[in-house]
Amino acid sequence: MSSEVKQILTTDGIPLEVSLKKAERKNKIKAFLLVAPLLLFLVITYIFPIGEMFTRSIDDKMITNMLPKTFKKMESWDGQELPPKEIFSAFYYDYKVLVENQEHGKLGQRLNKEKNGFNSTTKRLFRNIKRKKIDESASIKEQMIKVHKNWGKVEYWQAIKRTAPPYTLAKYLKGMDMYYAADGSITQVDEDRRIHRILWLRTLEIAFFVTVFCFLMGYPIAHLLATLPMKYSNLLMICVLLPFWTSLLVRTASWMILLQQQGVVNDFFVMIGLVADDSRPEMMYNKVGTYVAMTQILLPFMVLPLYSVMKTISPSLMRAGKSLGGTPFVAFWKVYFPLTIPGIGAGCLLVFILAIGYYITPALVGGASGTLISNQIAYHMKTTLDWSFASAMGLMLLTGVLVIYWIYNKLVGVDNIKLG
Amino acid sequence: MSKNPEFVKFDKVDKSYDGKVLVVKDLQLDIAEGEFITMLGPSGSGKTTCLMMLAGFETPTHGEILLDGNIISNIPPHKRGIGMVFQNYALFPHMTVYENLAFPLRVRKVEKDEIDKKVDKALSMVSLNGFETRMPAQLSGGQQQRVAVARALVFDPAVVLMDEPLGALDKNLRESMQYEIKHIHESIGVTVVYVTHDQSEALTMSNRIAVFNDGKVQQLSDPAELYEKPVNSFVAEFIGENNTFNGEVIDIDKDKCKVKLANSEILANPISVKSKGEKTTVSLRPERALINPKDKMDNMFTGKIEEVIYHGDHTRVRLNLLGSSEFILKVPNSTSNLELKVSQDINIGWNSLDARALDPK
Repeated sequence: MSSEVKQILTTDGIPLEVSLKKAERKNKIKAFLLVAPLLLFLVITYIFPIGEMFTRSIDDKMITNMLPKTFKKMESWDGQELPPKEIFSAFYYDYKVLVENQEHGKLGQRLNKEKNGFNSTTKRLFRNIKRKKIDESASIKEQMIKVHKNWGKVEYWQAIKRTAPPYTLAKYLKGMDMYYAADGSITQVDEDRRIHRILWLRTLEIAFFVTVFCFLMGYPIAHLLATLPMKYSNLLMICVLLPFWTSLLVRTASWMILLQQQGVVNDFFVMIGLVADDSRPEMMYNKVGTYVAMTQILLPFMVLPLYSVMKTISPSLMRAGKSLGGTPFVAFWKVYFPLTIPGIGAGCLLVFILAIGYYITPALVGGASGTLISNQIAYHMKTTLDWSFASAMGLMLLTGVLVIYWIYNKLVGVDNIKLG
Repeated sequence: MSKNPEFVKFDKVDKSYDGKVLVVKDLQLDIAEGEFITMLGPSGSGKTTCLMMLAGFETPTHGEILLDGNIISNIPPHKRGIGMVFQNYALFPHMTVYENLAFPLRVRKVEKDEIDKKVDKALSMVSLNGFETRMPAQLSGGQQQRVAVARALVFDPAVVLMDEPLGALDKNLRESMQYEIKHIHESIGVTVVYVTHDQSEALTMSNRIAVFNDGKVQQLSDPAELYEKPVNSFVAEFIGENNTFNGEVIDIDKDKCKVKLANSEILANPISVKSKGEKTTVSLRPERALINPKDKMDNMFTGKIEEVIYHGDHTRVRLNLLGSSEFILKVPNSTSNLELKVSQDINIGWNSLDARALDPK
């Protein structure tokens, strides 16, 4: 009796669960096939590049591959005193291969970054190998120290050992104005050379204030949009969306026309006598320009989520608040405002995250004091070609965004976000 | 304390939204203290506008509204002290039941202990004790409705307005809520202005009903009179079921008139007709016409059964009578030992007193 109860059969005698799975399998396959192109797209354009960025940012395999024998021998060396002669000869044979393949120059440059003076040290060795002055049957260690006295210094060997791991966090440290000192400890760069930290802070500051300005300007607009009669709200909606449909570059360029010293805004100020003609304020190529242009450009991202939330708030709630004795302000603050928090959360998160990685606008109107971390990333991508450093900073930015998302989730709860 | 018969007074109130059409025309309405008055009418008849003007969300275009002798047209809604139950309840979704009920008290700066007491009392009035910590979304429609009623009453307003509060409920729940609201009204004696388009709701609950149409009060009277003695054909048509005959008055007496139909004549009670030759619509309630009447009646005709519809407690019979195939009879099932069959001829009779000759449609 009990076993009959446990397994429910269909009319044909097939267990119900099996039958159900069979019926649902087709739908599941169909659903998967529908999302498969998107999934593939995401993997190719998003997950794969991020993985690629990550490996590039920590990649330090070059030397690892150049000096295989040396590092094998170095595993048992404690790094306190001058290495034993096996390591010397291992390095010598590794280096000889590089000389034959004409790759010795790269090694010298890379090691020079770890320890100054390495370039000349290796070059001396290269010349000796080229002239076949090294006697391979005698002690290689002594001959190398004779070639250049640096080979007899333990710091140089320590520098080589530090490059042994195929991965390094050096690029991330550089992004935070830090580096591995000669003894392997993490050290801050000199105060006058700390550029990245300033950029990070400025990026956060600008993103924060742009979010605040967008909120202050977007909230009343969204409220109007949600409450005006259809006739007017459609028009207003078009006004909000029109800049959205205009090219970002065009909008930024028009801000340049407006804000430059001989621009429309300054002309107007001079005309109404607010400022003297010879002391026109600089509103571009500094933070002001970045603030103004970014706020305008990101405003729709604040207005739209707010609008979609406000649209769902029944006007009778405000009326109820008033009829129950609340002044218009109390009714707004206690009833309307709390109900718009999901929209505020979504809008602020959206604007903040977009602002933190903004590139074109600050690049064009930001000048020296208004550029953000993304401009630095682009600089390393395009000018210095240090892609691994650019990748590292990109990933730090991504991590920052994820951290903000996590904090937001803890404070407000992601379920409370409403985008539409 | 004597009851003020003009506790709420609409004095020659007009309302127009666009400056072209009057939604409310010359409204003159007195509501007594402690009364349950219903504004009944089809949508667009101006009843909700009247309520919104009383609540303060709309301002009259002309005329004054008085509450207890004071003109309130310039007082903002939050200072009027009028409770309101909204069509969709308008409970604050982010507050618990307790917070919803405490809201009107908190904005009035009532002491915490006092708030607790009043909320408790209001909740027990709608038998929802123990629901304080629930959110509105966790309540059923009927429970939300009760919370809305409790919230409108918790601050002891002089007047409570209800804007089709039962519209979203199913039929059974609606009926039980009707009684519940009625009983609450009776026990606390608050003045209630209730708006609905459901005539049975109006008849069940109200002391008096104001039937609105086209921005005007068509009739203001108690439920029985409204049903039994409609003063015009709109009210007769709107309240309850109605058989109508269109014709012309050919003879008129003090309490009887003769109306000529297409090819016959009937006797009717002259309500809004004054003289011979006037066009009229004669209205007769279905239950006033009897089958095979035992007593002599002054209107006796024979009709043919077109359709018999079983309704549980009664049977509706559609007849072809006096050239109209829309004549409805209501036959209680206790007396339905009668054999009613389609295309059978039956004798129908009614008194001229019940056939009210009203304005022509």
